[in-house]
Amino acid sequence: MIALVLFYVAAAISIGGALGVVMTRNVVHAALFLLIALIGIAGVYLLVLADFLALVQVLIYGGAIVIVLLFALMLTRLQEFQGSLENPQWPFAAVGSISLFVVMIAAIVSSNKRGAEEPIHTGFRDIGSSLFTQWAIPFEVASILLLIALIGAIVIARVGDEK
Amino acid sequence: MIELTHLQVLSAGLFCIGMYGVLSRRNAVLILLGIELMLNAVNVNLIGFAVFMDPEHALGQIIAIFVITVAAAEVGLAMAIILRLYRSRSSVNVDELNMLKG
Repeated sequence: MIALVLFYVAAAISIGGALGVVMTRNVVHAALFLLIALIGIAGVYLLVLADFLALVQVLIYGGAIVIVLLFALMLTRLQEFQGSLENPQWPFAAVGSISLFVVMIAAIVSSNKRGAEEPIHTGFRDIGSSLFTQWAIPFEVASILLLIALIGAIVIARVGDEK
Repeated sequence: MIELTHLQVLSAGLFCIGMYGVLSRRNAVLILLGIELMLNAVNVNLIGFAVFMDPEHALGQIIAIFVITVAAAEVGLAMAIILRLYRSRSSVNVDELNMLKG
């Protein structure tokens, strides 16, 4: 019962943070709202006993991605941000998103997949061993992907070759 | 107790909010924030199914780790592209980026 209450709190934090990201007029506040939403989602992961993912979420999203986003916002600060941040087509976007939400809720209700009564815990040891045995090749491909992204980011953002 | 349905509804809500952000914003950085929200919604769904329906393999948790990895790579590259755009065009407004238009 207490887990359910805590789940509602964490879900409210993440939904509120997400609404802040898409509603706020200030770009830096949007990045900070994203941080709030990500921490709320990490809380949800903890409550369903996915503790490794909660750790990864806080470390990578909260620690790395939001910091990179804040740096980019700092480096592209411009007076154009004072103007309208919304496209003229935002009402269509709102209608489309809400109708997609309604369709998804209908699908969730009608599919009626229940699964187990309680979340089942998978320890660090099991995740690590399957990551390094069954999923070893995808794991190495992911590390090559990160290397390529690193080199690509350096090459694209390098100062001094702007013709 | 927490059920699978709760996580699915949370995931659907986060995904739709992120999609609204992607479709309605005109600043490239804010569009990226919307994409991050959508990726997180997918992760919530994957982990929900992993912990409630696939206890012995935890496949959803493994895939969620890969999704987070790809998201990190994507943010790094997108930030580099946005910085480059800002330097050459002094703008990150996606409505004005039409260099590829013939």
